[in-house]
Amino acid sequence: MKWTRKLLAGPYLIWMAGFILIPLGLIFYYGLTDSSGAFTLENIMAITDPQRANSLWRALKLALISTVICLAAAYPLAMILKRIAKNRSSLIVFIFVLPMWMNFLLRTMAWQVLLDRNGVINNVLGFFHLPRLNIINTQTAIIFGMVYNFLPFMVLPLYNVLMKIGNDVVEAAYDLGATKVQTFFHVILPLSVPGIISGITMVFVPALTTFVISNLLGGGMILLIGNVIEQEFTFTSNWHLGSGLSLVLMVFILISMALIAKYDKEGEGGAF
Amino acid sequence: MKKFLERFYLVFIFIFLYAPIAALVILSFNESKYMSQWGGFSLKWYVDMFESSLIMSALRNTLLIAALSSVIATIIGTAACLAIHQMKPRSRAVIMGLTNIPMLNADIVTGISLMLCFIAFGISLGFQTVLIAHITFNIPYVILSVMPKVRQLEPSTYEAALDLGATPLYAFFKITFPDILPGILSGFLLAFTMSLDDFIITHFTKGAGINTLSTLIYSEVRKGIRPSLYALSSILFVSVLILLLIINRPKRNAEKNA
Repeated sequence: MKWTRKLLAGPYLIWMAGFILIPLGLIFYYGLTDSSGAFTLENIMAITDPQRANSLWRALKLALISTVICLAAAYPLAMILKRIAKNRSSLIVFIFVLPMWMNFLLRTMAWQVLLDRNGVINNVLGFFHLPRLNIINTQTAIIFGMVYNFLPFMVLPLYNVLMKIGNDVVEAAYDLGATKVQTFFHVILPLSVPGIISGITMVFVPALTTFVISNLLGGGMILLIGNVIEQEFTFTSNWHLGSGLSLVLMVFILISMALIAKYDKEGEGGAF
Repeated sequence: MKKFLERFYLVFIFIFLYAPIAALVILSFNESKYMSQWGGFSLKWYVDMFESSLIMSALRNTLLIAALSSVIATIIGTAACLAIHQMKPRSRAVIMGLTNIPMLNADIVTGISLMLCFIAFGISLGFQTVLIAHITFNIPYVILSVMPKVRQLEPSTYEAALDLGATPLYAFFKITFPDILPGILSGFLLAFTMSLDDFIITHFTKGAGINTLSTLIYSEVRKGIRPSLYALSSILFVSVLILLLIINRPKRNAEKNA
C-alpha cells in the first residue's frame, strides 16, 4: 500500500525532471559550447566585454540601491503593522501586501503613466506652477519602478518574522533594564534576521534580473544584464552567448540562495 | 506624537502603493485620448476594449491557460504531496529542494531554459508550450499549499476506514480528501493567480502567433499606451482583488479555528 502510494509522485517527478532539470541542463550545455558543439568558456568570458560588464555592474548597482531602499522603508512599516495588527490582523496587512499579487506589467505601466513628461505627476506640479520632474527614461525612474514593484516582497517576510517575536521576550529585555534602542538592536533586530535575508533575496534577485522595468521606464536606452540576455534570445538569436550570460547571472542567484539556506534553515522567513 | 508619525508613515506608503493604480483607473474613464487632459467621464475605452479582437483573443488565451494549468498543476501537485509524505526524510528533502528551484530561480532563467528545451526537442512554440510552462511553475505553489494540510492528516482515521471495509479510493474521498480540501483550493487559486499574472516566462515560451494579456500589454506599451489598455488594466485589477479576497477568506477562518 505504502509503495503504491509513492507512485503518486511519479507524474510530478517526471514533470519536474523534464521541465526543470533538463532545461537547466540545456542552459549549461549551450552556455559551455560554441555553435559547433565544442566546449568553450567564451560565452562566459563574454561578460568581460565592456558594454556587457557595464550592464551587469549597472544592474547590480540599481538592484542594490532598490533593495536598501525597500529594506529601509519596509522595516518600520512591518514594525507598525505588528503593533496595530493585533486586533484587526488580516485586513491592514492585506492592504499592504495586495500590490504584490497585481500584474507586474500593470504596476510598471502605472509608473510610466505617472512619471511621463506629460504624465500625472508633471500635470499636478504644473498646476501648482512647480518645476517639472524629468526622470522618465533615467536610472532614477528604474529605481522607482523596482522599489514600487518589489516593496511588498520585503514587507511580507519582515512582518511574518516580527510577528513571531513574542512580547515576553521584549518585556524581559525591558525588565532587565534595557532601553528601547538597546532592546531593538540586541533583541528584535537579531531575531528578525531570517526575515531580512529572505526579503533581501526576494527583492534583489528579481531586481537584478529584470528586463521589463528597465525597458519600460528606461526607454530602452538603459541596458541591464537582463536586457542584454533577453536580446540575445529574441533579437540576435545567439543562444550560446545568451546561455553563457545566464550562467553568470545564476552565480549571483546561487549566492543569494546559499545565503537563505544559511540564515533561514527553518524556513521561518518565507513569504508564503 | 509617535502615533501620529506612525499613521503618517502608513498613509504615505499607502499612497505610494495605490496612487499609480488609482491613476490608471481614473484615466480609463477619461474621454480624452491624452493623459494630460481630462475630457470628461466616458466608458468608450471599455467599449473599445471589448470590440478589439486582439484584446479579446488575448483574454481568452489568458483565462484558458490559467484554468487549464492550475487544474492540471493541482492534480499533479496534490498527488505528489500524498506520496512525498510517505517518503523517508532524505528523499523528501531532495524533492522539496527540487520544488524550490522554480520559486527561487529568476523567471528569466526559467523562461529561457524552457524555451531552449522546447526548441531542442522540436516542440513548436505556441499555446501548448505556454501551458506546459505555466503548469511547471504552478506545481510548486500547489505543493506548498497542500503539504501543510497533508502533514496534519490523522493516519488512524484513514486506516480505520480501511479496517471497516472501505476501499482505498472510497476511504480517500471520504476521509482524506475533505481534510486537505482547503489546502487544495488555496493552492488552486494561488496557481490561477500566478498564471494570470505571469509575463516573463510566457514571453519566452509563447512563440510568435499567440498573446496573453501580459504579453499584449508589453508589446502595446512599447508602441505607445492606448487608453483601452487602462480599461483592461482596471478590469484586471478588480478581478485580481476579488480573487484574492476569496483566497484570503478561508485562510483567515482557519487561523481563528486553530
